[in-house]
Amino acid sequence: MALSVEEVRRIAQLARLKLSADEEQRFAEQLSAILGYVEQLEALDVSGVEPMTHALAAGEAAPLREDAVLPCLSPEEALANAPAREATWFKVPRIIE
Amino acid sequence: MSAATQATALSLREASARLAAGQVSSRDLVGAALARIEATDGRVGAFLAVVPERARARAAESDARAARGERRSPVDGVPVAVKDLFLTRGIPTTAGSRILEGFLPPYDATAVERLERAGAVIVGKLNMDEFAMGSSNEHSAYKPCHNPWDLSRTPGGSSGGSAAALAARQVHGTLGTDTGGSIRLPASFCGVVGLKPTYGRVSRHGVIAFASSLDQVGTLGREVWDAAALLGVIAGHDPQDMTSSRRPVGDYLGGLEGGAAGLRVGVPREWLEGEGLDPGVAKAVRAALETYRKLGATLVDVTLPHSRYGIAAYYLVATAEASSNLARYDGVRYGLRAREARGLREMYGESRDRGFGPEPKRRIMLGTYALSAGYYEAYYARAQKVRTLIRRDFDAAFQRCDLVAGPVAPSVAFRLGEKVEDPLQMYLADVYTITCNLAALPGLSVPCGLHGGLPVGLQLLGRPFDEATLLRAARALERETGPLPSPPLPE
Repeated sequence: MALSVEEVRRIAQLARLKLSADEEQRFAEQLSAILGYVEQLEALDVSGVEPMTHALAAGEAAPLREDAVLPCLSPEEALANAPAREATWFKVPRIIE
Repeated sequence: MSAATQATALSLREASARLAAGQVSSRDLVGAALARIEATDGRVGAFLAVVPERARARAAESDARAARGERRSPVDGVPVAVKDLFLTRGIPTTAGSRILEGFLPPYDATAVERLERAGAVIVGKLNMDEFAMGSSNEHSAYKPCHNPWDLSRTPGGSSGGSAAALAARQVHGTLGTDTGGSIRLPASFCGVVGLKPTYGRVSRHGVIAFASSLDQVGTLGREVWDAAALLGVIAGHDPQDMTSSRRPVGDYLGGLEGGAAGLRVGVPREWLEGEGLDPGVAKAVRAALETYRKLGATLVDVTLPHSRYGIAAYYLVATAEASSNLARYDGVRYGLRAREARGLREMYGESRDRGFGPEPKRRIMLGTYALSAGYYEAYYARAQKVRTLIRRDFDAAFQRCDLVAGPVAPSVAFRLGEKVEDPLQMYLADVYTITCNLAALPGLSVPCGLHGGLPVGLQLLGRPFDEATLLRAARALERETGPLPSPPLPE
């Protein structure tokens, strides 16, 4: 399975990554090699096999916790690492262009 | 040898015994550790942050407790360090990434909180591959980490600093995380003990997420006792982590000297006869198996036919989950923001391009592709089915044996720069460790000898939540072979 530079660009768009032309080229090659390697899974017959959708052991299923109010971060603590803020909000660039 | 050097040479077990007997103070141990870090870390590069003031204050508290006759746990007063993937309130936490440069966590990871509540003294944060993605620590965005046995070689990854700091005698115990081998591989390369517990055994609350169905917190030490003592402190249910188990925590120290007699040790034929295994590594592993036989264990031939598909399944599951987990780094709530970007969309793209290094980008790309419309069934869903097959292999093997033994890695520590340009070759370093995570089992690396002057680790895998048997078996081997000597780190 070879990935074209156009496909790399499309995936980068989905992942919100702005890649340089150099990176697009390199990822097209490297991701193609990795996809070539994972192709071996196609050789396996997985019909009727249940997917392992979580990793908890049998009987370990997490019960729902009580719907109770617990201590949480104060607005100051939650905002302390914000790149930009105003009052008690995270500030972002213009959304409607 | 100075008194400080002697103090740093102690294992956690020895340091703990001397603290309990009043023969040494936490202040002295912490002072010696800080001096050792100062003297050696310019060459090793195990630390991303050191917190001398904070550590000295905590040591004084521990000594004050000792003066009152109070000792909270076997790790009370002992200098330790944690991988920079654990949130530490007030200590910068980067995950080895530029995108979190300067990030000051508002709370502690549960494992960190439990470690400190038990009295352990955290002296700093350890180097790692960016977001725990890598097998050599070369994907750290800050600096390379060097193997104390040979500074031109990698300590392994992703918890490279966690293993190198122990081998370099900088601290007495460390925490790491293991998603595909990230504790066991560096433990093997650096000649220390590394334990990846069962999925669910240790809370991951406050541990920066990479691949949530695989990530697990674990412990490293210079002796089996050290890793066992640390596990006893951090293990157990945490209401903040829905995947943490409610099963009672085992007595990991109590049964440690139980020996190997009567144990059935499964030897997967695919692992010792497969291609690509360094004959020197195979020899050390076979010698360890022979030791078990002499100690009264039975060697049982087992087969794990689907383990050869482990890497392929892993790099679909792990990257898919990573692409989702790393979506949160968007320049809004924390972390790097491209300030000059115009508009939200450009800000996302620019911030993430600048903040992420090549390996996280590669994995985000691969994971996004594997989850994208039209490919989900062929990649992610199929990989999850292969996971079931791998788990079934182990279930069948554990009908016939109590634990599985084999190599940790196909080789001893490789050279820095050797694989960094070839991602697929780097991924293949995890060929023996990865199935443990896919099957959600506990796994451990214990030193079993040297090859060409470099450490070789023996890997032991156990039944879910049977860490106690792994630790007991590892201790039985250690008692025969002894922990490895100090590496010849140039002074």
